[in-house]
Amino acid sequence: MSSQDNNATTIVVFSGDMDKIFAAFTIAAASAAAGMETTLFFTFWGLKAIQKGNRTGKGLMAKMLGIINRGGINRLGPSKFNFGGLGRWMFKKMMADKGVTPLEELRQTCLDLGVHFLACKMSMDVMEITREDLIDEVEDVVGAARMMRDAANSKVHFFI
Amino acid sequence: MQADLIQDSIGQMCPMPIVQLAKNIRKMQPGQVLEIRADDEGAHADIPAWCEQTGNEFLGEEDAGSYVKYYVRKRA
Repeated sequence: MSSQDNNATTIVVFSGDMDKIFAAFTIAAASAAAGMETTLFFTFWGLKAIQKGNRTGKGLMAKMLGIINRGGINRLGPSKFNFGGLGRWMFKKMMADKGVTPLEELRQTCLDLGVHFLACKMSMDVMEITREDLIDEVEDVVGAARMMRDAANSKVHFFI
Repeated sequence: MQADLIQDSIGQMCPMPIVQLAKNIRKMQPGQVLEIRADDEGAHADIPAWCEQTGNEFLGEEDAGSYVKYYVRKRA
């Protein structure tokens, strides 16, 4: 991407909540559909949205985190009213009833439109999440400087 | 209005009508017209906005009762 060609969107996906991930993928799909180069940088809780869903971690604390904060797109709960999974079920049902595209399908739509998925190396190290724990479509495991370069070359930048 | 391709987005919600629109326009020839049938009220704002951003021409809309027909001409 050259500095003149800044028809791009970058989104830092920090949250691992179902509703916020919905927002990130919806914006990314609309951005890519408008012909903009679109990059999602998944960091911290946001990594859950691109994890395969297996248990993670080697050390005791990371293993515990891997259990209570298990990743995988179908395990995400809403930021409010989750009630131990009931809220997730309720939101999924309400969205399906209204014909909203399911989250996993929306993620695939983003990938089909050429949205780039990047993962934050530092948060992966902290939580002991490996490249193998992430879906294959993740293009690269990177640091903040890579995200900043892409953000600096973007017209639109979001932090979700 | 005569369209070269019809897109059925009835029952779809944001952002799917726009995603389909982008995919369809990509495979059409310049000057060809796409008709989008949608019942999501957001499409009323989204389709002209998408056209403005991408440089394709929004030709207008037509009420068809339970849904609306939107017309887009692919830019040269």
